[in-house]
Amino acid sequence: MSSEKKKRGGPAIPKRLLLTIIALVLLIIIDVIKDPSFLHIGYVNGGLNGPLIDVIRDSAPFLMIAVGMTLVISTSGIDLSVGASMAVAGAVAMQFMHNTNGTGLGSALLAIVLALGVCALIGAWNGLLVSGLGLQPFITTLIMMLAGRGIAKTITSGENTSAVNSAFSWIDTGYVLGIPFAFILATLIVLAVAALMRKTALGMMIESVGVNPEASRMGGLKPKRVIFSVYLISAILAGMAGVFTTGNVMRVTPSQTGLSYEMDAVLAVVIGGTSLLGGKFSLSGAYLGAMIISLLEKTIVWLGISNAATPAFKAIIVIAICVLQSNFFTNALKKMRSKKQSKAAMTAAREGAAA
Amino acid sequence: MSAATVSATRHTKKKFSLPVSKIPAVVAIGVFILMFLYGQFAYGKFFRLGTVSTLLNDNAYLFIMAVGMTIPILTGGIDLSVGAVVALSSVVGGSLAVAGVPWYLCALIMVLVGSVFGLLSGTLIRYFDMQPFIATLATMYLGQGLAGMISTDPIQLLDGNAGGLRNFNYTFTLYDGRKANDLDVSVALLIAIVVVIFAYWVMHRTRSGRTIYAMGAPSKQSADLMGLPTGRSLQLIYLLSGTFSGIASVVYVAGVGKAQNVMGQGWELNAITCAVIGGTIITGGSGYVLGTVVGTLVYTTMNLIITRDGRVPSTWMTIITGIVLLLFVVIQRLIIVGAERRTRTATLASAQTVDPSAAQTDVSAGAGAGTGTGANSGTGTSRPGAAQATQRE
Repeated sequence: MSSEKKKRGGPAIPKRLLLTIIALVLLIIIDVIKDPSFLHIGYVNGGLNGPLIDVIRDSAPFLMIAVGMTLVISTSGIDLSVGASMAVAGAVAMQFMHNTNGTGLGSALLAIVLALGVCALIGAWNGLLVSGLGLQPFITTLIMMLAGRGIAKTITSGENTSAVNSAFSWIDTGYVLGIPFAFILATLIVLAVAALMRKTALGMMIESVGVNPEASRMGGLKPKRVIFSVYLISAILAGMAGVFTTGNVMRVTPSQTGLSYEMDAVLAVVIGGTSLLGGKFSLSGAYLGAMIISLLEKTIVWLGISNAATPAFKAIIVIAICVLQSNFFTNALKKMRSKKQSKAAMTAAREGAAA
Repeated sequence: MSAATVSATRHTKKKFSLPVSKIPAVVAIGVFILMFLYGQFAYGKFFRLGTVSTLLNDNAYLFIMAVGMTIPILTGGIDLSVGAVVALSSVVGGSLAVAGVPWYLCALIMVLVGSVFGLLSGTLIRYFDMQPFIATLATMYLGQGLAGMISTDPIQLLDGNAGGLRNFNYTFTLYDGRKANDLDVSVALLIAIVVVIFAYWVMHRTRSGRTIYAMGAPSKQSADLMGLPTGRSLQLIYLLSGTFSGIASVVYVAGVGKAQNVMGQGWELNAITCAVIGGTIITGGSGYVLGTVVGTLVYTTMNLIITRDGRVPSTWMTIITGIVLLLFVVIQRLIIVGAERRTRTATLASAQTVDPSAAQTDVSAGAGAGTGTGANSGTGTSRPGAAQATQRE
């Protein structure tokens, strides 16, 4: 089943990327129809602004978790704890700057390092349980998804901690050459991960483990190490996503920060064309997928739909894409096609006979 | 539960006659009694009818949800949407009740909301090959989103028509003890008991129940290859867990007297924990409805003790639940790994005696692993051979 998909997946990826780009354009057209000012791009205080610029700035956390989740899913696992990791990262950073009253650049950097470090611990914990003990990924990370929020609450003693630090806030709200720095940084991180995956053998190892861990072990790989590293990378990227989201408002809300981001990540992966059954992954697909989610969020706000309804839209899209990808659907299509073909063949034969 | 137990429960029909496979539930009963003794000595006034009544009546909804969760877990699946179903169903029922719909109709609709969601999850899993956790993750967010669309404010069910839903919380006093030490039974608890009996009947006394157990076998195709109606059963499983969450929602809303879209967040973890404490193996194949009931008792008593103790901050509750769940899952995993090692050595020994047939099973096992998902293939390879080994023994 999965191997079949793979055969078709190879050459189909560019086509899929094309579809994703079409979806992006369609979403923008919908927004423009609602209000043409969507395309407006202004220049204020050394930075571009406008709805589209908001979209690319807000895409930063989505890019992080989408890339992390892509890697995890291609090992046929899942990381449900990304949203909770974001909350933990935000809580660590905010609480640190709040307690030390740190307002300088050094304090901001230290806060980020601490936040990413704690997230690395979460990732190592997940990775160790999944790879070392062989627990199911979804149960391991489900525990962390819910316990992580508890950890974040414990760090902030149940409060919504806020802090003042212009350097930390600049990471998400600042501009370089007029372009949001968050977007630039996120893109650079994605490129770094892509280089790590495609310029070293790690990417191929991940795909190999995703297809068949036992075969890859017999082929001389170390699936346990590969799986461990995937969860580690995912959690660190989720931590970075947490830094982006809390940097925007300089406040962490342990019960809300990063809420439902695991769904966004799955959505981005699915849109990007990585099979949920594991195997080949596409980072460029995940990149576009994250962009679509960011645009989708903006579209929902732009159309004036209640914020609480957002998860329903995302769920519907995930369901729709999975249904379209399923064998059931492709088989039905094939049947229709073969019927058409046989009909055409029949008529052709009849015409031939008549002639 | 020893290693031998698991291997025995795996592939023999004798599962029901083997008391050893019930050991986790028995252990859970022991833990439950120990917790009560601890509560009595540490805080006093614990061993009372009043405590038991509160424990049962206040957690009636959790019994229903945990039993509902047990069924998908038995097949190696999961239903992550239970909490969201409670949220959506409560908001739907609450707004209908406030709008003047008779309360019994509201309750029925609330249960049906659960059924519809279960049917949706089941359809996605059955026809569209979605993994259970992905499909139910999607329905979870769908439920949360729909609930948010309907209302984000808490809907208070005060007296009058809307208060009618609270009838489910009506309490009978069976035994009037001194100093509020009564034995109370609420309608909610009676509903929970009916649900548990129904689930017990379905799982242990019907063909569908047997099929569901068979579907939890380590190699997922075996039930299918035996010609069992696995597709229909898949749908039934999620229909049941969805419907049970709908009932749980009615019971919970009746208890707290309000409905809100953020209700039920994280309850999937509680339900899974109860099932796992009660001896349901998280990878499927082994577990009991009544075991889950005991597991829920243990879990709720643990919560009660933590609340009584008062020293543990409430923010730690999810962490503690997570740790308890993890502990049980790890123990289960270690037992299974031990069992696998044993069967593997048994297979090797038998392979040396009967070479051709063993080689054949290896080939078929390899083919099975190739078609299965990546996650299963690693563990799946040794199993058919192992099954044969036990048969020869």
